[in-house]
Amino acid sequence: MTDIQETTIWEGDIQQLKGLVSERALAGETMVLNMGPQHPSTHGVLRLMLELDGETIISCVPDVGYLHTGIEKNMESKRYEQSIVMTDRMDYLSPMNNNLVYCLAIEKIAGLDVPERAQVIRVMLAELTRINSHLVWLATHALDIGAMSVFLYCFRERERLLDIFEIVSGQRMMSTYFRPGGIWRDLPAEFFPAVRSFLEDFPRRIEDYERLLTENPIWLDRTQGIGFLSADDAIKLGCSGPVLRGSGVNWDIRKAIPYSGYEQYDFDVPLGVHGDVYDRYLIRMEELRQSLRIIEQALARLPEGPFRSNNRKYVPPPRSELGQSMEAVIHHFKLWTEGFSLPESEVYVRIESPRGELGCFLRSDGGNKPARVHFRTPSFVHLSALPAMAKGYLIADLVGIIGTIDIVLGDCDR
Amino acid sequence: MGLTSKLGELGIVTVKLEDTVNWARTRAMWPMLFGLACCAIEMMSTQASVYDVSRFGMELMRPSPRQSDLMIVAGRVTRKMAPVLRQLYDQMPDPKWVLSMGDCASCGGVFNNYAIVQGVDEIVPVDVYIAGCPPRPEQLIHGIMTLHERVKQERLEDWV
Ligand code: SF4
Repeated sequence: MTDIQETTIWEGDIQQLKGLVSERALAGETMVLNMGPQHPSTHGVLRLMLELDGETIISCVPDVGYLHTGIEKNMESKRYEQSIVMTDRMDYLSPMNNNLVYCLAIEKIAGLDVPERAQVIRVMLAELTRINSHLVWLATHALDIGAMSVFLYCFRERERLLDIFEIVSGQRMMSTYFRPGGIWRDLPAEFFPAVRSFLEDFPRRIEDYERLLTENPIWLDRTQGIGFLSADDAIKLGCSGPVLRGSGVNWDIRKAIPYSGYEQYDFDVPLGVHGDVYDRYLIRMEELRQSLRIIEQALARLPEGPFRSNNRKYVPPPRSELGQSMEAVIHHFKLWTEGFSLPESEVYVRIESPRGELGCFLRSDGGNKPARVHFRTPSFVHLSALPAMAKGYLIADLVGIIGTIDIVLGDCDR
Repeated sequence: MGLTSKLGELGIVTVKLEDTVNWARTRAMWPMLFGLACCAIEMMSTQASVYDVSRFGMELMRPSPRQSDLMIVAGRVTRKMAPVLRQLYDQMPDPKWVLSMGDCASCGGVFNNYAIVQGVDEIVPVDVYIAGCPPRPEQLIHGIMTLHERVKQERLEDWV
């Protein structure tokens, strides 16, 4: 057995919680309850410490770090193109978005151009990833609240998306498909019929989910008026994405600070009115439809041309050139043995991931490895909004509130 | 049962008790509902409609360790999570088995660093390792069937 420290398990002395819980808990008037880290509705390994008065939540203290993987530190020891692999494993429900933000950061420092075709493909796959992520959210959120059949339907559709990812990248989940300067390879021919049939089929599926939930009285009872967050509080707590828009704040990075050519697409940003769990549910359902619209437009305007940049300093030459050009062989050799170096600089780029603002801070020191990478992940920020949202509601509502902020612990702890 | 009405009295079949018990154990093995990281999402796919692991007697995932026979360690185990994992394992009643799903759980995978336990076999005894990052649902099912084969070879006195 190894040197696992036992101190991480809280021994149960209430005095240790001083400052975290109210005075009433120390006097034994309220009850302190541990939830997690192994709990079916915490979406992974979240641990919450709840202070309860009867069934009402007085305070809720999240304990994160049960999935801390050291990804940021590990990336410092990998070359730029090697470390993309790590980003997939942060927010494992939307790997393509993580790839995208990291590639955008590298491209910004390098001043690398991305051809139009690659941009459109990136948008298309980022939106497919958004649908993929929202499907898992809907499945687990509904399952937590007790609607088992929605889970089965959502995963049925998700398999089709995973098949599409497998067609383009050879892997179902951890695709590492986006690379600095473009994408790994061009879209294979089977991709188009697969996406078209998905586009054709999926609107009906969304209707199916909505028929099961949107007007279902149990669903309404469990979600309406629960987990309220005012627009002011949402902004103060740093929320973004559907959580912020659920409170009626119009902020979508795809519209506000467009990247990858999002300004050329026509789509709406759904907004909530009440700021409760139900409104956020409606928003994500609408986002599914809007993502379909974007994918349709991207498919229609997909231009011909190269799928990655021609800058040989950063992007390997195509295989066909290797037999003919000595220069191509040299570039190939150099890129696969020592990688590329970035000039000394630091950038912050952000994109709209399915969960909200996903930011990447990258500092380069002139070498072929990042000097420091930091990700501003939406799950981490939203988890800090959880106590504000859960306060005053019943403990039975907590699973709905955890579901509505759509956290992924891999994204939160990294 | 349909078979009985067709054949009438079925008579008596003699089998070894050990075989029957092992057969029963493979046919109703309840895994613990316990996901750690990305691999857990593939584990969920395996339970869901397309792959449907209930074909192998795993109709129920039990969130409580007290009601489960099989621990599927799906994902990377951090140093902070490791004591919890061991506690869960200790709470499971005998007979119990452990499946290590994915590279991270089996050997640390791509994360050779300070935070990740380099293989969950440092903490709990593992019966079957499944490679892949993440393993496909088919691979997980293959791992489960490999475990079934193993359980069928077990001797009853191993557990007493
Ligand atoms: S093996 Fe891969 S997919 Fe599984 S937990 Fe580790 S990084 Fe995630």
